[in-house]
Amino acid sequence: MDVDLIFKIAGVGILVSVLHTVLRQAGKEEQGHLITLVGVVIVLAMVIQVVRDLFESIKVMFNLY
Amino acid sequence: MELVQIIALCLLSVVLLVLLRKERPELAVLLSLAAGTMVFLLILTRIVAVIQFITELSLRAGINTVYLAAVLRVIGIAYITEFGAQVCRDANESAIASKVELAGKVLIVLVAVPVIRAVLELLMELIP
Repeated sequence: MDVDLIFKIAGVGILVSVLHTVLRQAGKEEQGHLITLVGVVIVLAMVIQVVRDLFESIKVMFNLY
Repeated sequence: MELVQIIALCLLSVVLLVLLRKERPELAVLLSLAAGTMVFLLILTRIVAVIQFITELSLRAGINTVYLAAVLRVIGIAYITEFGAQVCRDANESAIASKVELAGKVLIVLVAVPVIRAVLELLMELIP
């Protein structure tokens, strides 16, 4: 599970930045920003699950209720 | 051996972070957050073993479990606070990082209040 999440995030990041530059060349700057926003939202959804697991395990382990 | 796995994971994410930092700083912050969380989840089993060892020692030494629970709670709060503050500093938001640390300190003092009260009551009994 662990390493491919990092690859996924990096992949989305690189894809978004490439798309952004391509769209900027093509003169459609707004679509570029939209693509960036979609990329950030996707990555945020992935990372939030991992961070939730972290906080759940910390809460259980240190009995921080 | 987890250590090699963890170091490989961190080196990999550092390289990808440098790649992402230029164009997409927001994704870089998310990537560093994910990498940090991943490392912790990898060493989780070891931490549980250490905590069990400490609790076993304290039970054998007859220390009241309330104090041990307070210590563990403080360690947990300290770790989460440091985790959040460090991520904020990575994103060059040291103002928010200091707010996170302030909140962490307040919560730690809150956890320590019963322990401090017990110590003071003990002292009052000693003084004739």
